[in-house]
Amino acid sequence: MKVSPATTQRVAVGFMWTLAAITFAVLIFILAFILAHGLPHVTWSFLTESPSSMGREGGIFPMILGTLLVAGLAVLVAAPIGVATAVYLTEYTREGRLTAVIRFGADCLAGVPSIIFGLFGFVFFAITLGMGLSVLSGSLTLALMVLPTIIRTSEEAIRAVPYAYREVSFGLGSTRWQMVITVVLRSALPGISTGIVLSLGRSISETAAVMLTAGSALRLPRSLFDSSRTLALHFYILSREGISMPNAYATASVLIIAILALNLLAYWLMRRFVAKVGR
Amino acid sequence: MGSKIQTQGLDLHYGKFRALLDVNLSIQPRMITAIIGPSGCGKSTLLRCFNRMNDLVKGVRVAGRVLLDGVDILGPATSLSLLRRRVGMVFQRPNPFPLSVFDNVSYGLRVHGETHRSRLVPVVESSLQATGLWEELKDRLDTSALDLSPEQQQRLCISRVVAVQPEVLLMDEPCSALDPIATGRIEDLMRALADQYTIVIVTHNMQQAARVAAETAFMLLGELVEFGPTLGVFENPKDQRTEDYVSGRYG
Repeated sequence: MKVSPATTQRVAVGFMWTLAAITFAVLIFILAFILAHGLPHVTWSFLTESPSSMGREGGIFPMILGTLLVAGLAVLVAAPIGVATAVYLTEYTREGRLTAVIRFGADCLAGVPSIIFGLFGFVFFAITLGMGLSVLSGSLTLALMVLPTIIRTSEEAIRAVPYAYREVSFGLGSTRWQMVITVVLRSALPGISTGIVLSLGRSISETAAVMLTAGSALRLPRSLFDSSRTLALHFYILSREGISMPNAYATASVLIIAILALNLLAYWLMRRFVAKVGR
Repeated sequence: MGSKIQTQGLDLHYGKFRALLDVNLSIQPRMITAIIGPSGCGKSTLLRCFNRMNDLVKGVRVAGRVLLDGVDILGPATSLSLLRRRVGMVFQRPNPFPLSVFDNVSYGLRVHGETHRSRLVPVVESSLQATGLWEELKDRLDTSALDLSPEQQQRLCISRVVAVQPEVLLMDEPCSALDPIATGRIEDLMRALADQYTIVIVTHNMQQAARVAAETAFMLLGELVEFGPTLGVFENPKDQRTEDYVSGRYG
């Protein structure tokens, strides 16, 4: 029996539509499940108060602050290093053995499980360098973890800048550094920011690595050397130790909403980037 | 009158490929010189020797001399930034930066350290006037250069070069992305600019060379085959290869 091309086309489209719908349905289901369980418990006082009796009562304010500190500092450390590496790889060296090695290294680093980063951070930052379980140890560990992402996304963004812009800039007498600042980074900025925002999202949601490096203190961190519990870790401990499922779901809701907002921001930046360079 | 640019025994290799062979050429100031020849003959490569843009390409080796006002520019002592300020370049495709009209024209000045807007404004105005864009764009200096027509964009690119007050304008097929009417107007502009600047244009289009250039160089396979007043090159070529090319037998 011969099937007409029109029929195969309809079958293929239907098949792909179904798969796409399943993907989307799973996402919606997870979101709805967590938000339905968690949102009713998210109140103003939940967001602004400190927890009591191990998190069974009270709020999550110290965790929000801890998460912002750990993830923010991680990105603050990783972004300049990552962007500088990407600029070096794309603008200051010719393709060769060295760039291949650096790139391969970054890709390997990206594939390392986060618990390994946690273990390394624990041994190196917390113990060897004596930082202890602290905001600083946690953020430096996360910085190492998101570095490859920032390098590779920045590299892609820089490569997308048309070669003609570089030529014109040189043609008008720019030095390479002036060219990088005024043309390359300026044009690639939305793309680079996308990578940075995605890295921030990853830092915020990371659990295993911060458990081993930032610790799980419930109090408000007063310095970078204080231990601090992040939202993701708080959720893990609340649910794993059966302390309070409602508060666990509420914490998860806050976390999910924050990540969604960051992803939307990244998406918006990416669209701006495409609109700018794509013409 | 001394020549503005002179090459002496200029050889250029890309890796093992010899792109320019013993080129000896002298370009006179304040007029238009055209370099013609089939694709791959080395005419763009030669043009890019004059502001050392070939330095950006991997594996390029240059031998011989390129004199600008009698001074060799190939040596390591040459400041590329200064050289490229004196010898500006207009590219094949209109390539404004994704910035405003004002920021495009003032880009070169800012690179060379002039940041006061009060001193940029008059230069932007005079540079846009030089290319006939001022009347069209004086109220739209803050719009994106990408919203202009291709011809306006190419004029803008010429303004951007003119703004750094160069002595020489190198034009690498500046009209190949434009329609015939826009091409005609850019050619008028080139003739007007030749009062002030030494212009070297690389072109595929022999009619264009005949229309604008006072002198024409014909290149083939990296060699300068013939060079002289445009009329002579087209109507009374001395070399058989030139005659074959200008009469349309190949290329």
